[in-house]
Amino acid sequence: MTLTIDGQEVKVPLGTTILDAARKIGAHIPTLCHHPDLCVAGVCRVCSVEVEGMRTLQAACAFPVSAPIKVKTHTEKVRLARRHIVDLLLSDHYGECYACRRNNNCELQSLAKEHGVDFFRFGHPEKPAHAIDTSSYSVVRDLNKCVLCRRCVRTCIDLQEVGTIEVVGRSDHSHIKPFLDKPLGGVVCINCGQCINRCPTGALHAQDHTDEVWAAIDDPKKHVVIQTAPSPRAAIGESFGLPAGTPLTFELNTALRRAGFDRVFDTNFTADLTILEEGTELLLRLKKALLLREPAAFPQFTSCSPGWVKYLEHFYPEYIPNLSTAKSPQQMFGAVLKTYYAEKHGIDPKDIVTVALMPCSAKKFECNRPEMADSGFKDVDYGLTTRELAKMIRESGINLPDMPKSDFDNPFGTATGSGVIFGATGGVMEAALRTVIELVCGIKVEDLFEHANIKPVRGFEGVRYVELPITAVGPVPDVLKHLFPHWNFLKGATLKVAVAHGTANAKKVMEDIKKGGQFSKCHFIEFMGCPGGCIGGGGQPIPTSPEIRAARAAAIYAEDAAYEIRKSHENPDVALIYKEFLTDGPCGHQSHELLHTHYTPRGKYID
Amino acid sequence: MLMTERDRVTGEIKSLADKLGHNRTSMVPILQDVKRKYHQIDSFAMQVIADELGIHPVEVYSVASFYSFLGEHIQGKFVIRLCRTISCDMQDKDRVARQLENDLGITFGETTADGKFTLEWANCMGMCDQGPAMLVNDRVFAKVTPERVHEILQECRSAFGQHATERKEVHLV
Amino acid sequence: MNTIPTFASMDPEAGLKKALGLSRPDIIAEISASGLKGRGGAGFPTAVKWNFAASAKADRKYIICNADEGEPGTFKDRVILQDHADLVFEGMTIAAKAVGAKEGILFLRGEYTYLRPHLEAVLAKRREKKLLGKDVLGANLEFDIRIFMGAGAYICGEETALIECLEGFRGEPRNRPPFPVNTGFLDRPSVVNNVETLAWAACILQQGADWFKSKGTEKSTGIKIFSISGDCKCPGVYEFPMGITVAELLSKVGGENARAVQIGGASGQCIPASEFSRSIAFEDIPTGGSVIVFGPHRDMLDVLHNFLEFFVDESCGQCTPCRLGNRKLLEGVEMLKAGTCSMAYLRELCALGESMQLSSKCGLGQSSPCAFLSVVKNFRDELMGRTTSLTHA
Repeated sequence: MTLTIDGQEVKVPLGTTILDAARKIGAHIPTLCHHPDLCVAGVCRVCSVEVEGMRTLQAACAFPVSAPIKVKTHTEKVRLARRHIVDLLLSDHYGECYACRRNNNCELQSLAKEHGVDFFRFGHPEKPAHAIDTSSYSVVRDLNKCVLCRRCVRTCIDLQEVGTIEVVGRSDHSHIKPFLDKPLGGVVCINCGQCINRCPTGALHAQDHTDEVWAAIDDPKKHVVIQTAPSPRAAIGESFGLPAGTPLTFELNTALRRAGFDRVFDTNFTADLTILEEGTELLLRLKKALLLREPAAFPQFTSCSPGWVKYLEHFYPEYIPNLSTAKSPQQMFGAVLKTYYAEKHGIDPKDIVTVALMPCSAKKFECNRPEMADSGFKDVDYGLTTRELAKMIRESGINLPDMPKSDFDNPFGTATGSGVIFGATGGVMEAALRTVIELVCGIKVEDLFEHANIKPVRGFEGVRYVELPITAVGPVPDVLKHLFPHWNFLKGATLKVAVAHGTANAKKVMEDIKKGGQFSKCHFIEFMGCPGGCIGGGGQPIPTSPEIRAARAAAIYAEDAAYEIRKSHENPDVALIYKEFLTDGPCGHQSHELLHTHYTPRGKYID
Repeated sequence: MLMTERDRVTGEIKSLADKLGHNRTSMVPILQDVKRKYHQIDSFAMQVIADELGIHPVEVYSVASFYSFLGEHIQGKFVIRLCRTISCDMQDKDRVARQLENDLGITFGETTADGKFTLEWANCMGMCDQGPAMLVNDRVFAKVTPERVHEILQECRSAFGQHATERKEVHLV
Repeated sequence: MNTIPTFASMDPEAGLKKALGLSRPDIIAEISASGLKGRGGAGFPTAVKWNFAASAKADRKYIICNADEGEPGTFKDRVILQDHADLVFEGMTIAAKAVGAKEGILFLRGEYTYLRPHLEAVLAKRREKKLLGKDVLGANLEFDIRIFMGAGAYICGEETALIECLEGFRGEPRNRPPFPVNTGFLDRPSVVNNVETLAWAACILQQGADWFKSKGTEKSTGIKIFSISGDCKCPGVYEFPMGITVAELLSKVGGENARAVQIGGASGQCIPASEFSRSIAFEDIPTGGSVIVFGPHRDMLDVLHNFLEFFVDESCGQCTPCRLGNRKLLEGVEMLKAGTCSMAYLRELCALGESMQLSSKCGLGQSSPCAFLSVVKNFRDELMGRTTSLTHA
């Protein structure tokens, strides 16, 4: 199909939208409600264009080409209509750009600039019409800035299938609201923050804890330590103008020290610890089922994504026994810092402030779970998003890309490639498989998968399923000898695993399990709450798109490939903690006290 | 057998969904039925409907909030809707409105304290040649005059009183 | 007293009987020859619509009768359904035969709930007489009709919004294309026709295309049912041939001294007395049949105020121009009434109205500024006389 856009011919497949056709030839059509991750809405009308022979303007994002039409993208009518639309949006958008956290990263602001808005043609609200909803630990709603593009609604209902928010009311009193207009903290919300990532304005943002963290840094009595997760390191460059997929791991270490953090640790340490604990838990379940012939909850589900965990607690509480009891790496780190680390370095744990740099808004909820205080203190004091930390770095006068590189602090300074790939969907599964294969089969992963890259679990396919036959078993390694006499019960078994990312895909897998389908036969399933896994987390720099997430994932896998140690069980710091502190080994009494948790069946009904 | 109100609502919604289908196309008829029986669609009912139709409660809330005849707010046994659109407006609907307010002691958008009457504005109800027009539940009244308001309200009151003693729900049709 | 003599003169089975003896293309050809255009106001050729749906391939197709008559000043569908429901159902059955549909839905506005028992009774009788059911009149046609009640939303008169409501969603118009004739109710081909259109289709099958064409104009054939209200002696439902002039119409309803008439409802045009020689037809002043007469004493700004309050309340709110534009126009009218609107701002509002007509997602936002623009154009003197300052903008 050939169509003409501004006199230029472009050939596209039948059904391509005018917008996509225009992008193909570099013709810019402004958009607002359109988002590459979401279905078409066609509601903002900013992308209006003129199609020859049609009386009205057409929304380029929603018009599929089925005839050789002639399109004009910036005629007088089009320019004026777009200008009017932007003017109307501004007449209903409270706030000044310089007092907004999305300043310079706001699509409405860009539109206003692009359309030469130099006064408020149809007025501008002088006072806010809505109270800001700060009830959630993770997501803040400010309806005064909402432009009703509905991207959050399509994210929450279509992309994530959580269904927290919808358009409520009609006409100019329609607003985006949770069920019964209750505060967000009181309804079914998994805190994934995907809505934030797709909000074009400052109407949705994450809770901000930077003031508290600054206060701790400024307090000389406090020992402020930060752990950084792999995904933010692969994305924070975007906040400093670098292209997606530019890892700044070691520049960040320097910047954090200069900003005032006393110690900078790598969350990968507890990611490796998680693999040992969660992997052992899986093996124990297998032992129970295959050796002891007792009932065991299969498949085992990963528990490191707090969005997924809360999703399960709400929608599938009957499957809580399947969730690994292992805490997430963030929470394990907090617990270890306020016990093992405090003891080892003679610091009073009450003076330690633990901060976590996470790609995630749900981590803010997770660290506030009442049960997350096994160290005797709040294990993790503050979870910061990538965006918040970028702000702190800018406030410190630091241009992150210019920083010299430096290593993480010790202890916990050694990381493995397995810890790094936790950031991408399939990464936890890959890390677990690397360890389980080696501990059980007594072979090298490299013997099965080239460079230990377990490619079948990688990628962005919504749900992935892999079978691994265990043809031979090796000797039980020392660290597990107290739990397993031998591996014979696994010989000849086929390990069935699956990976799902984004809760809509998780829902597909869970519904299949409920029906006794393919996935109910799995032994281990990795679930990530966010599309793409942590690299697409709700705390990451805005915008997001499939391309941006792919670039971040590529950075993570490249980092993994560059590590000398690539397997969690080979991490010497992990071995050391089992030797010095958690002396009864993985899934032993001490680790259960500190590194494992329990869950709350929440259900989906609310009062 | 004594059933709690919630069991009753759940049972009714379930059987209606069984009849109409457990999918979204049953949404509006179910909402209409619940509204007719209970004069409101409360939080619990919306969650049951969502469950039966396999969608999220907020979607039910969203749909209910869109339509003038639905919505979660509680209404009286008699919902009086006075047309405010042009032809009725030109035929002195304001005087009828004032008289309704006077006789009921409430303003538009409110429900009487005894839960009998709700007063609402309506947009054009297709009685433009016989305005001012108003609906009392499903029944239409044309050429309403301020004097007739009292008479219409009395009719409602007596209908309600009579059947209320028999513990039956009634509607003017 | 029957207000629609032509419908009253029809035999409410003859059209269907004739259609059952015809092939699908022949039925559509008959409708096509009649020149029948959608009577809801948009004026889309009925035969073209049927033909699209007939040629679409699908496991199921639907015939939907749009009885969500909500346009201010329109009530003819209520009268047709009250007095001639048989003709409407017959039209639906003929359409079903023409496009190959088994299921018909009458979408009845919630405000007309009181008509439902009567309509159900008519349907039951038709089933009894085998005019509906598994095998209509033994002619190997399966078709039945159910009634779906609207829930109070003017926008559901827009066909894709109506379908959204049927599917259990907010009545928010869809993007077009795709059109309902291809992707309609439950993504199946669906014909959505106005009550009156379907009644006329039944008449055309009965009396022939030539009979229908003998009335009206070349581009707007046939008779139209009008809803007349406002400042005239005899408001009510009338049938007039298409092409009737405004003046002729007014003389028949006792509204000769009108200063203006609103034709096509709130979303239509406001015609001043100086243009009463214009004719009501698709080629001049299109209409769904609503005529509201404004007598000499009416303040047109009050009228406009009422219309805009209506649109602000009834906009679905999804697209920016309609959601916020109507609000701005309403505020503009309030400013005009208060005498605080500058000429510059009024011009700005008119430009906004034109942008709304061009860029709104559906017919509501595209037509809601019409009244504003025509009142500003035709009654400018009255409006601007109230302007007391030029400070705004």
